[in-house]
Amino acid sequence: MATWIRNGRLADTITGVFEEKDLIIEGKRIEKIIPRGQFSEGGESLDIIEADGMLVLPGLIDMHVHLREPGEEYKETIQTGCLAAVAGGFTAVACMPNTIPPNDCRSVTEFILEQAMRAGLARVYPIAAITMGRKGTVMAEFGDLKAAGAVGLSDDGSPVADSGIMRCALEYSRYYDLKVISHCEDLRLSEGGVMHEGEISTRIGLPGIPSAAEEVMVHRDICLSELTGCPVHIAHVSSAGSVELIRRAKDKGLPVTAETTPHYLTLDHSSVIGYDTSAKVNPPLRTREDVEAVRKGLAEGVIDVIVTDHAPHSSLEKELEFDKAASGMIGLQSALPLVLSLVDEGCLSLSRAVQKMTIAPARVLGVEGGHLREGSPADVTIVDTDARYVFSRDMILSKSRNTPFLGREMKGIAHLTMIGGRVVWQRKASHPGS
Amino acid sequence: MGQLSRETINLILDTAESFKEVSSRDIKKVPTLRGKSVINFFYEPSTRTRTSFEVAAKRLSADTVSLSVSTSSMVKGETLIDTAKNLQAMNPDIIVIRHSSTGAPHLIARHVRAGIVNAGDGINEHPSQALLDLFTIREKKGRIDGLKIAIIGDISHSRVARSDIIGFRKMGAEVTISGPPTMIPSRAETLGVTVTCDPRDAVRDKDVIIVLRIQLERQGKSLFPSLREYASYFGINNDVLAYAPKDAIIMHPGPINRGVELSSEVADGPRSMILDQVANGVAVRMAILYLLIGGLRVGNVD
Repeated sequence: MATWIRNGRLADTITGVFEEKDLIIEGKRIEKIIPRGQFSEGGESLDIIEADGMLVLPGLIDMHVHLREPGEEYKETIQTGCLAAVAGGFTAVACMPNTIPPNDCRSVTEFILEQAMRAGLARVYPIAAITMGRKGTVMAEFGDLKAAGAVGLSDDGSPVADSGIMRCALEYSRYYDLKVISHCEDLRLSEGGVMHEGEISTRIGLPGIPSAAEEVMVHRDICLSELTGCPVHIAHVSSAGSVELIRRAKDKGLPVTAETTPHYLTLDHSSVIGYDTSAKVNPPLRTREDVEAVRKGLAEGVIDVIVTDHAPHSSLEKELEFDKAASGMIGLQSALPLVLSLVDEGCLSLSRAVQKMTIAPARVLGVEGGHLREGSPADVTIVDTDARYVFSRDMILSKSRNTPFLGREMKGIAHLTMIGGRVVWQRKASHPGS
Repeated sequence: MGQLSRETINLILDTAESFKEVSSRDIKKVPTLRGKSVINFFYEPSTRTRTSFEVAAKRLSADTVSLSVSTSSMVKGETLIDTAKNLQAMNPDIIVIRHSSTGAPHLIARHVRAGIVNAGDGINEHPSQALLDLFTIREKKGRIDGLKIAIIGDISHSRVARSDIIGFRKMGAEVTISGPPTMIPSRAETLGVTVTCDPRDAVRDKDVIIVLRIQLERQGKSLFPSLREYASYFGINNDVLAYAPKDAIIMHPGPINRGVELSSEVADGPRSMILDQVANGVAVRMAILYLLIGGLRVGNVD
C-alpha cells in the first residue's frame, strides 16, 4: 500500500531549498518525489497524509541522547525514550554508553538494539564506550562493537583523561570508521563545581566550573586530531572559547566536527538563580556572551550539529540540594520548537537549522537518512511551524520531567513522524497547538 | 542578606538593641515567645551559632529542640525534603537550619510553612553572622554608613564574607576584600568591592577589619602552600596592624586558628571585639526570632 504526503513544503537538505513537492511512499521507501499537483491517483489503496502549510522534513536525527537502559530503567527505558523521540520529531537517536553496565561490549550493544526493535519506534544507534567500563585505561573492542551495531565511540561524562590512550583510540577507531565523540572536560579543573564559574556563581555562592575546564580538553582533542589526522567530534559545545578553538581547527582543515544543544543556545547561567536543579547541566549553562558565541558558531558552520543531550533524571536525583542533584535535562520534545524559535529570532536560516538536525548528524555518524530522495528509507517528519502552545508536564512522554523549559511558550511541533514508511507518531486532535 | 532591605536590617538591629539588655539581667528571660517552638536543625557541625540560637530562643521563652547530623534521619538516607516535611508535621513556628549545601534553606522553604532562618548554607550566606557584625560595628562606631571595612581571608569559601559584603554595602559602607589570589572569588569586583591581596594594603584607612577563619576542613585542594606561609604573608598581627588607623577594630566570626589568620596578641588585644560579637549574637538572634514569629515578612531571613 502506498502513502501520499501532499501539499507540504519539502526540504532538500543537500541544496538547502524548500520545494512544493509531494512524497509517494511505497513500503519502507520513498518511491517518488514529484512537484505538487502532478500526481494523479491511480491505485485503489492510497493513504493520503495532508501536509498543507507544513514542513516535510527528513526524519530528525539526534546523535546524543541518554536512554538509561540497561540499568536505570526508573529514569527512562529505550521504549519511553524512543516515544519521546518520535513525539519530538526524531526518527533516529544515538544513545550514549553510560548505562549500567556501560555499553563497552558486544552483548550490551546487542541488547540495546533488541530493546529498540521491541519498542518499534525510533531507530536507535548505539554509541559504545571508548574504554572498558568508561574508566579511561583500556580500549574497548571496537571491531566487535562495530560488528554488533555500534556507530560511534564516546566515554561521554567520564572523558578520557590520558592523552596517550585518547591518541590510540583516535587512531584505532579510524580503521573501523567509528567516530570518536569527545565530552570535553578536565575533571580536575571542574572538580567540586556545580555551575558556570563567573559573576552569578560568586553572587549566589555556588562553586563554579570555569570555561577553561571545557576548553583545555577541546584544545587537546584538536591537537590529537592534528597529530593523528583522525577525525574527532566535540560534544555539547557550551563556551565562546570552545567555538573559537573549533573555528581555528576547521580553518586549518582539520577533520573536527562539533555539536551543541538547544539549552546552550537558549539559556544562560542566570537560570540557576533560585537554585533550580532543572537548570543544572554539564557542561553548565554559561554567560549571555557564550550563548551569543555558540549561536554565531552554529550560524557560521563552526558547529555542525544540533543534539539534545537528552538526560533523564527522576525526582530522586533532582529534588535535592543543588550540589547533590544530578546534572542533565531532557530535551527530545523541546528541541524542535526551541530551534524553530532561533530561526524566528534570525539566528540562523530554517534550511541551516534543518540540516543541523538531519543530514549533518547522519554524515558525522555515517548512518543512513537525513535526506529525502527516491529510494531512501521513508523516515519523514512533518512539522507544524505555526502551532503555539505552552510546554507542560502532561505533554512529556519521557519517564522523567527534568527540564527548565516547563511553562515556556513554544511555537512549532512535530505533527507526524514516519519511520520506514510507518507512521509512529501523529499529533492527536486534543494535542496542544492543533 | 540578599532578601533584606535596609529598613528591615535597621529594624532587626534596633530590636536587638532592646533585647541586649535582657541578657544582662539577673533573670535572663522574657515571656515574649511562650508557647512557640523553634527547631534548630544543624546538618553541619556548629557550636557557636547553634548555641547562640538556642540561648536566644530560650531567653524568649520559646520551646527549642536541636537536631544535629548524627541524630537526624539524614544518616538513615532520608532526603532533605522528606526530613523537612516531617518536621513541618510537628508544626514548629521556626526552623533554624545550617547546611553544607548552598540553597538548602531555600529548598526547605518551598516545602514547609514554618519560618526558615538560614544559619549558614554552603559557601553562600550566613545572614545572622552578618547582622551581628553590623550590630557590633554600629555599637562600636556609632554608624555603618560611610565606614571603610576590610574582610581578610578565604573569601571564596566564606559564607560570612558573602553575607557581610551584601549587608555592609546595603548599609552604606565601603568594602575591601583581601586574601591569597586562590581565595578571591571569580569576578569578585562584580560584588561591588575593592580587591587587594596584600593585607597591609587591605587594612590601610580601615575603620573595621574582619579576619576570617581559614577553613581547612572545607578545602579538598591546597589553596596555599602551608599554614606557616599563610601566617607569614596573610596573617594579621601587630606588624600588619601598624598600617591600620589606631582606632580600627578587629572582628572575627570564630573559631580562631590562633597563630594562623590571627596572632594571639591581636585576638586578645584591646581592639579585638571578638567576644562582643558573640554576646551581640544572642541579642541579634533574639531579634530575628521575635520579628519572624511576630510576622516580619521578608520571605525568609536570608
